[in-house]
Amino acid sequence: MSRDTIPGRNIALGTTLALVSLAVIAPLAAVVLSLNGITPEHLARAIASPDAIAAFRLTFVASLVAALIDLVLGSFVAWILVRYQFPGRPVLDALVDVPLAIPTAVTGITLATIYGGHGFLGAWLEPHGIQVAYTQIGVALALVFVGFPFVVRTVQPVLAEIPKDLEEAASSFGAGQTLTLRRVIFPLVFPAMLTGFALSLARALGEYGSVVFIAGNLPGKTEIAPLLIITRLEEYDYQGASAVATVLLIASFGMLLAINALQRRFSLARKMAT
Amino acid sequence: MSVADFDATTIAMPGAPPEHVADGARGPGLVGWIAIAVAALVVGGLIGIPLVSVFAEAFQSGLGPFAATFAEPYAQSAIRLTLLVAVCTIAFNAFFGILAGWTISKYEFPGKTILLAIIDLPLTVSPVVAGLAILMTAGAHTPLGSWLQTVGIKVAFAPPGIIAATIFVTFPYIARELIAFMQEQGRDQEESSLVLGATVWQTLWRVTLPGARLALFNGVILCGARAIGEFGAVSVISGRVRGYTETVPLHIEALYNESSFVGAFALAAALAFTTIAFTLIVNANRKSEHDRTAAS
Repeated sequence: MSRDTIPGRNIALGTTLALVSLAVIAPLAAVVLSLNGITPEHLARAIASPDAIAAFRLTFVASLVAALIDLVLGSFVAWILVRYQFPGRPVLDALVDVPLAIPTAVTGITLATIYGGHGFLGAWLEPHGIQVAYTQIGVALALVFVGFPFVVRTVQPVLAEIPKDLEEAASSFGAGQTLTLRRVIFPLVFPAMLTGFALSLARALGEYGSVVFIAGNLPGKTEIAPLLIITRLEEYDYQGASAVATVLLIASFGMLLAINALQRRFSLARKMAT
Repeated sequence: MSVADFDATTIAMPGAPPEHVADGARGPGLVGWIAIAVAALVVGGLIGIPLVSVFAEAFQSGLGPFAATFAEPYAQSAIRLTLLVAVCTIAFNAFFGILAGWTISKYEFPGKTILLAIIDLPLTVSPVVAGLAILMTAGAHTPLGSWLQTVGIKVAFAPPGIIAATIFVTFPYIARELIAFMQEQGRDQEESSLVLGATVWQTLWRVTLPGARLALFNGVILCGARAIGEFGAVSVISGRVRGYTETVPLHIEALYNESSFVGAFALAAALAFTTIAFTLIVNANRKSEHDRTAAS
């Protein structure tokens, strides 16, 4: 069909672009543009002071560790949900969505309470020498919680689309279960696993509400990068806050590009699987 | 143009995929049962225990203290503000979503893939950065903010800023649902309607929107769930004035920090109950829609 079959293209496109600019582009541009005229010393103090470096390191390392844990646990749970019928399966399936559904502040106070010294799990873990609340383990744990659904929900539909005959064909050629899993199933779901991992990592890098309560927010120890922005604002250091935010924005842009590239490959793999 | 690759269900959105079980799902053997038990332990420990704890903490002193939380004036003003923010956010994002869905599915133009990526951008931006972005756009120290103040509009540390920040973080929720749905529908119906003499407006209101009402509904529900629970973006821009700029999630934080645990968890339980119910509604809609298209 030619482009002119429906009138109104210019006004519709113009209004769409105006609203996107107003709601998304202008505010993000305001953050980056506010760095205009920042002195090198100020910039260094904002993003390269010992506290800032520790916060960035914690955010990146804890997010990476959490996304890796999600990759393993999430792929495993997706496999179980797709391959087996068992009583309670719908409940297990529905529980997977809970971290995405509940507000981050609710997650935050709940994790801090149950993993705290008097909490349901904390009271049992702490005598064994495992301190979760107010440590970096707590930060990673909260990130595992929020990132978990991304891996399951990306891997699950791809696994479900793999035809049963593919496995049967593999086993009829004499491949054992492990070999089938490794050489037939794994290559087909790998792009989806990678996408789920990237989505989980992207979410973890910017996460705030579910982390701040359990983290305890000790500068240099359990302070995450998004909280550093708030710390700078409390010092009325707007440019410093924007400098930290710009580093996080660059990371999100990178993740968005990676996810889009992965999804292109992943939809190709999905088409090939069916 | 790789718009066909744009898969609206995979990026960062709540909701289960409708496709759940492979054709050949089978009864588990012994190894299978052990694996299922491990999976149940993982999901139960990681997610089940916290979920049950929210409600257990809320009702630990019985129904009375739970209910009393909602009679507190500050809790009530927080609930009113949160509802106001949700309504304004949904109105703006629904308007944008319909417009974006129509524009992207009915017309050809260069840069469509880039536009789709920008609409998705708020999903990967940290909520704290989103709040800061509104502050740096319309805070009292900015040119726009100081001009708005001279005409009597306060944005930062006032409800308009909270609404703007919430619009930012929920911006893609309704648009994604409508873009995906309208792209699948194509433009045949609209073209027939126009050939039969209807105007573009009549076509939008009488043909396109009635057909897309379920996608719109799902988007509105998901947007609402995120809007009432938003915390990071709002905590930057709110200023936390009790009874004025404290939303429900911020009030939960304040009560928790004062060690008013029953109050904090009572509001948290109400919020979690609402957002989980919303998610289940959308999942059920998607499943029945999937079954319907599979059957036809």
